[in-house]
Amino acid sequence: MSAGISGAAFIAGAYEHPERNIPDKPAEQVHAEVAAGALADAGLTFADVDGYYCAGDAPGFGGISMADYLGLNLTQIDTTETGGSSYVVHLGHAAEAIAAGKCQVALITLAGLPLQATANLVLGALHGPEDSFEAVYGTSIHGMYALAARRHMYEYGTTSEQLAEIKVAAAHHAQYNEHALLREPVTVADVISSPLISDPLHRLDCCVVTDGGGAVVVVSPAVARGLSRHCVKVLGHGEAPKTSANGRLDLTYTGAVWSGPRAFEEAGVTPADIDYASIYDSFTITVLETIEDLGFCAKGQGGPFVAGGALQAPHGRLPFNTDGGGLCSNHPGNRGGMTKVLEAVRQLRGEAQPEVQVPDCQLALAHGTGGSIGTRMGSSTVILGREDA
Amino acid sequence: MTAPRLPAPHPAVNPETRPFWDATARGQLLLRRCRSCTTVNWYPRTLCPACGSFDTEWIEASGRGTIYTFAVTRRGAGAYRDATPYVLAYVELAEGPRVMTNIVDCDVGALQIGDRVEVTFHDTGQGAALPRFRPAGR
Repeated sequence: MSAGISGAAFIAGAYEHPERNIPDKPAEQVHAEVAAGALADAGLTFADVDGYYCAGDAPGFGGISMADYLGLNLTQIDTTETGGSSYVVHLGHAAEAIAAGKCQVALITLAGLPLQATANLVLGALHGPEDSFEAVYGTSIHGMYALAARRHMYEYGTTSEQLAEIKVAAAHHAQYNEHALLREPVTVADVISSPLISDPLHRLDCCVVTDGGGAVVVVSPAVARGLSRHCVKVLGHGEAPKTSANGRLDLTYTGAVWSGPRAFEEAGVTPADIDYASIYDSFTITVLETIEDLGFCAKGQGGPFVAGGALQAPHGRLPFNTDGGGLCSNHPGNRGGMTKVLEAVRQLRGEAQPEVQVPDCQLALAHGTGGSIGTRMGSSTVILGREDA
Repeated sequence: MTAPRLPAPHPAVNPETRPFWDATARGQLLLRRCRSCTTVNWYPRTLCPACGSFDTEWIEASGRGTIYTFAVTRRGAGAYRDATPYVLAYVELAEGPRVMTNIVDCDVGALQIGDRVEVTFHDTGQGAALPRFRPAGR
């Protein structure tokens, strides 16, 4: 087997900004606050950081402005932009850089303030070569995910009630998270009777929009040994863009069909070994397709799988998003990849909310999705284990 | 040319895509086909993403296809803020590609995946028209 990252790096610090609406701070200040939080969690300082990772939405010039603001002296910098999946990509890239000896302490930050900006969910604002052939038709994030949902329903008989079960499980978990934006449990009927946003998706099929952020600190084994904090081992990583395939796109699957197997292979484990999974949940359909694509059930069987209560912690077959996820807790900056990593770290440290802590959680998966499963997307999967895994 | 009920925002046009948009103003839907591997590409570009050749040419599409999937958008933004509900869709063209579009002149509640549709053009007022689709054979 070729050299990989398995065991080459550890997550030593993790921090999620507790606020969900931040009217009084610029994004760079929120980056700084989450960075400081994650470093303090690890028992490290800004002076220890020699690798820095943020996405293309960070203020300023390609991460350089943030390195300047934070006062970092770096041997490695990476501002890979794959939308909401960026932070799961960054975790893999940080582990690779550490494995290659390029840095020892990598800091990954996310901050975003969508509630403070003029609402604009039109992806055409990005001015890609595709926009003249898509955005002119009134595309929206929810509209494009609805395109995928209807096709999945058509091919596999998936129902709105089955999609609603995903929100029900997330809301069940969110009631125990004091920081969650939406803490009220909901029923399938609540989801189905909420207003249609883009038919077939209802309001409660959609994630929240929040200000906020988060950060993780990834370190080498040598650094980890010197820290008192319980670290989490990075076991495997996969990433894959999925394109519109020259007009031959198939909306019933995501890039997880490629990123998942790569991560599992590197970690040397299978879906059946996973105790807890953070699954990107911009919409309920995102979860449904992703759990199929990662191999937690057969393709097309996501509906029956979730309808049986599989996602509910602590005793479902696949406890997921025990912080309430993007559907209920937090989707800072319209980018959910960071919070997916953070809750996986809590589960492996035994620090999730007691009501949803998976007993003896040894292996966790975190999956990020970016862009749109209705057009083109980023996808990244990491497998994480306890320090002694 | 059908009078638009939906907004018809003018696309960004560049030298590579100008022939496509100029043709829409004449009521023609062009596609870019590779002379080397014969793949019909979408969205139109000079490079053939199927084989890497730049030896590609414009062809005129039949304008017919079927609905691959659709969504009834009830929350619009930008030019579409007051246009809801409207139908966002992928149409699978007879030539192969699945293209983003709107379904118009239709009974929204009766639409089904697999329905046959044909192209119609909505003038942007600035020298181009948006190819949209309506139920075929009426």
